[in-house]
Amino acid sequence: MSVVSMTVNGKPASADVEARTLLVQFIRDELGLTGTHVGCDTSQCGACVVHVDGRAVKSCTMLAAQAEGAEVLTIEGLAKNGELHPVQAAFREHHGLQCGFCTPGMIMTAVDMIRRKPDLDEETVREELDGNICRCTGYHNIVKAILAASQEMR
Amino acid sequence: MYQFHYERPKTLADAEALLGKADDPKILAGGQTLIPTLKQRLAMPSDVIDIGGIKELDFIRAEGDAIMIGAGTRHATVAQSADVQKHNPALAVLAGGIGDPAVRHMGTLGGSIANNDPAADYPAACLGLDAKIHTTKRLIEADEFFKGMFETALQDGEIIKEVTFPHPEKAAYMKFRNPASRYAMVGVFVSKGPWGVRVAVTGAGQNGVFRVSEMEEALAKSWSPDAVAGIKLPAKGLNADLHGTAEYRAHLITVMAKRAVAAAG
Ligand SMILES: Cc1cc2nc3c(=O)[nH]c(=O)nc-3n(C[C@H](O)[C@H](O)[C@H](O)COP(=O)(O)OP(=O)(O)OC[C@H]3O[C@@H](n4cnc5c(N)ncnc54)[C@H](O)[C@@H]3O)c2cc1C
Ligand code: FES
Ligand code: FES
Repeated sequence: MSVVSMTVNGKPASADVEARTLLVQFIRDELGLTGTHVGCDTSQCGACVVHVDGRAVKSCTMLAAQAEGAEVLTIEGLAKNGELHPVQAAFREHHGLQCGFCTPGMIMTAVDMIRRKPDLDEETVREELDGNICRCTGYHNIVKAILAASQEMR
Repeated sequence: MYQFHYERPKTLADAEALLGKADDPKILAGGQTLIPTLKQRLAMPSDVIDIGGIKELDFIRAEGDAIMIGAGTRHATVAQSADVQKHNPALAVLAGGIGDPAVRHMGTLGGSIANNDPAADYPAACLGLDAKIHTTKRLIEADEFFKGMFETALQDGEIIKEVTFPHPEKAAYMKFRNPASRYAMVGVFVSKGPWGVRVAVTGAGQNGVFRVSEMEEALAKSWSPDAVAGIKLPAKGLNADLHGTAEYRAHLITVMAKRAVAAAG
């Protein structure tokens, strides 16, 4: 066991964990932040996406130890002062979710995508969602929500 | 995942020393292949040496008629690099088409070629651009580096430091993605440069990436999609699985080669 420390949603977080602890296990089991989901064991579904030092990554495909000293942002850290982030608001407005299981990963991916590519079009959104799987929505409303949020945030 | 001992050295020298001391170590770079492998318990290293914190492995440098890329450089960094886009746009496009955005934020050049997945993209660029692979022990030509499915010339404890990609005059990469995994069913990298003409194929070969000399000769005589249109590879030695037969892959090689030559202009 060894102590791993990082900043999660702006607050310092540390825990004494085994080396094999994944970042997603650190976030869910040690910190109790269960908004980040695990939907597969093949690194393909994207339900676990969080930001590490400002970039979207799959927290199921990274050791907690690799994030030592990093700034981590999870879905819980997006809303500010009780106000939904524009991407969260757009998902609600455009019915971008059904069961909601994929939603945290979709939203974290969308926020990262809008940061990198402020001038999104539909084709780019669909391509950028390559690593996020939704079993419910058929993607149309997710794409709509992301496009609307990117307009709003311009 | 089995338990292991973890280290995150800050320098290459420390990483080499740790690799030398450990029983059965494994290098961890971006983890986009190794961590899924560990999760499935398909590997059981005694020690995981994380080279992700070594700054000297993370760089892109254009010098003379080549670009040097550090082994620890992420796919997303290569895709966005102004130097790569300017001197070797085909390489930028290839890096930007690996996996998905989250994979590209973590996965590295060194990890990709060390792993030598038979469907990986970077091996096609290395072989297709006559790249030089610099390790902590020696310089290895791309032609000598890829030894077969998941096999390379790397020895125990040898770390890839950087890859030199000479600038091509013309180059393009075209891949036909498996609609489920999004890995290449067949990917073809074509180039023309001081080395002559190269055609490298990934995704199709039972022994991983390979060159197609017949196409290279035809393109050396006449650089046009028509020059390769009539060249059909035998299905023997090509992959067959539930996604496609060997004959189907043989057909795709010609189609992707034609498209790549057209895209290279
Ligand atoms: C969902 C998903 C989709 C993907 N799609 C694609 C795709 O379309 N095309 C594609 O090409 N790849 C794809 N990949 C693989 C991805 O590109 C990996 O990043 C890459 O293959 C391995 O790089 P890594 O830095 O993550 O290496 P790691 O996983 O950390 O390591 C891989 C192997 O390389 C060794 N290694 C790492 N660095 C070095 C070094 N410097 N010297 C010596 N040995 C080293 C490790 O010991 C290990 O054996 C995908 C991965 C995922 C999870
Ligand atoms: S849980 Fe991380 S990709 Fe599926
Ligand atoms: S809303 Fe149910 S998986 Fe996407």
